[in-house]
Amino acid sequence: MNIPEMEAVCKQVRRDIITMTAAAGSGHPGGSLSATEILVALYEDVMKVDPKNPTDPARDRLVLSKGHAAPALYAVLGEKGFFDKKEFANFRQLHSILQGHPDKKKCPGVDASTGSLGQGASIAVGMALGAKHTGNPCHVYAILGDGELQEGLVWEAAMSAAHYKLDNLTYIVDNNGLQIDGSNDQVMGLGNIAQKFTAFGFRVMEVADGNDLKQVLDALHQPAQKDVPTCILCHTVKGKGVSFMENQVGWHGKAPNAEQRDQALKELEA
Amino acid sequence: MSEKKATRVAYGEALVELAKKNDKVVVLDADLAQATQTAIFQKAFPERHFDLGIAEANMVDVANGMSCMGLIPFCSTFAVFAGRNFEQIRNGVCYPHNNVKFAFTHAGVTVGEDGGTHQAIEDIALMRVLPGMTVIVPCDANETYKAVEAAAAIDGPVYLRLARLATTVFDPMPFEVGKGNVMRDGKDAVIFACGLMVEESLKAAELLKEQGKDVAVVNLHTIKPLDRELVARYAAKCKNVFTAEEHSVIGGLGDAIADVLVGNGEFTFTKLGIEDQFGQSGKAMDVLRAYGLCGDQIAQRIAEKL
Repeated sequence: MNIPEMEAVCKQVRRDIITMTAAAGSGHPGGSLSATEILVALYEDVMKVDPKNPTDPARDRLVLSKGHAAPALYAVLGEKGFFDKKEFANFRQLHSILQGHPDKKKCPGVDASTGSLGQGASIAVGMALGAKHTGNPCHVYAILGDGELQEGLVWEAAMSAAHYKLDNLTYIVDNNGLQIDGSNDQVMGLGNIAQKFTAFGFRVMEVADGNDLKQVLDALHQPAQKDVPTCILCHTVKGKGVSFMENQVGWHGKAPNAEQRDQALKELEA
Repeated sequence: MSEKKATRVAYGEALVELAKKNDKVVVLDADLAQATQTAIFQKAFPERHFDLGIAEANMVDVANGMSCMGLIPFCSTFAVFAGRNFEQIRNGVCYPHNNVKFAFTHAGVTVGEDGGTHQAIEDIALMRVLPGMTVIVPCDANETYKAVEAAAAIDGPVYLRLARLATTVFDPMPFEVGKGNVMRDGKDAVIFACGLMVEESLKAAELLKEQGKDVAVVNLHTIKPLDRELVARYAAKCKNVFTAEEHSVIGGLGDAIADVLVGNGEFTFTKLGIEDQFGQSGKAMDVLRAYGLCGDQIAQRIAEKL
């Protein structure tokens, strides 16, 4: 798939995020829209996955540690054909495979049940360590929110990733600058994220515009550095693509109403 | 049966035997390998032992991730950290029913000198409330060997509660997860016990026999799933029910048994355990005595009730 084709997928994913959250009447559109290019780049170009064989032991793994961005993950997995897109209508409904946060027992293609922040960082370390131990050549990716970095567990995990020389592990930070109670700086300043990960023994790459597919792909395609885990710090815009949601704290965990949905979909027309 | 051995030591030995037969078994520890006795395994299989440092929460989710790659991780630390790790165990491991084993040592007040901060009296309660979690409290070294093997055979999370103190090793008994063992039959009262309280309960029954009271002792090594049939049968037979555990009387074995018996017959019911308080420093058996859980103290409590 070339970049214009992937950009078209991104637009479709954004429409699905809006439609899904509006239909459910709840969900997290802001952080789903900011992570869209990261997820599309991974699933459409970078990761070795097969929708027809979703439990293939040799597949690359994705841990959506910021599990509240589930609508974006579901939209991408549906696009890839892991399940029928008709399931989107059941997002957050009783007995749905599309739970409010990703559930690996219920949804094909989901590698880890997440949503409790911080845990995905550790689970990904365990997967990468397990892959090394068993001689599995797969690569493990974890998408972390920036607010999530306030969890101490993330730094326990980071320490262990460097200690065990996990060059088969890549953290991708969706750095949209906002969290539920306000900006990161207002709630709990993160300081210099790149320097923090560097100090913890990671190779850090910064992506100036994490909503630019080409920039994201360039970073993801850098060859692994032997014995060193990688952190890609993507500067993104929360609510990206929908004018009235962009950089608005209020759209973290609120669904659009019918009118807002229609306006958003209009802005996201192909 | 004069030999004494701590269940934690049996655990370290059992891991070695298990790992010889099952190459999927790996062991994680959090800088306590010398105490939890996973050091025994580390010596035999250094490449399959992973120390995660003093970071218990991370250890649990790293084990969790390793289980996703087809491995069978055994995680060890002190039982008091069942609380620190609780949300990792809940959401990380139990929610997706991942195949991770927790063998937490230094449970109960017989930790002794380290004191109340290190004496887990709530871990059974924390673990048995989690959907899909199997909870096993072996009474001795022989039961621990079998419990470790059984845990590996279960596809899902298992909690093994192990002790620091060396205790009597009984002759090998049958072991099946979810099936209790009648250690001593009786008709006047029954003590349902787990862990090292099985030994104390047997001492109590022996003392009561001298007073002409015929007391049964049932070893319920599996708290969850509980042997409901055996519990109901012995309660109906003996009419006077006692539960004995080195754990808070809130949420542990006693409550698990109460869940089975309430509304299902007429009998007296008494829970023996730690009465809603923390432990303290002292020599292990002195601490146990301070909380009224030694055999002669149990005998006295039962004699008063009968």
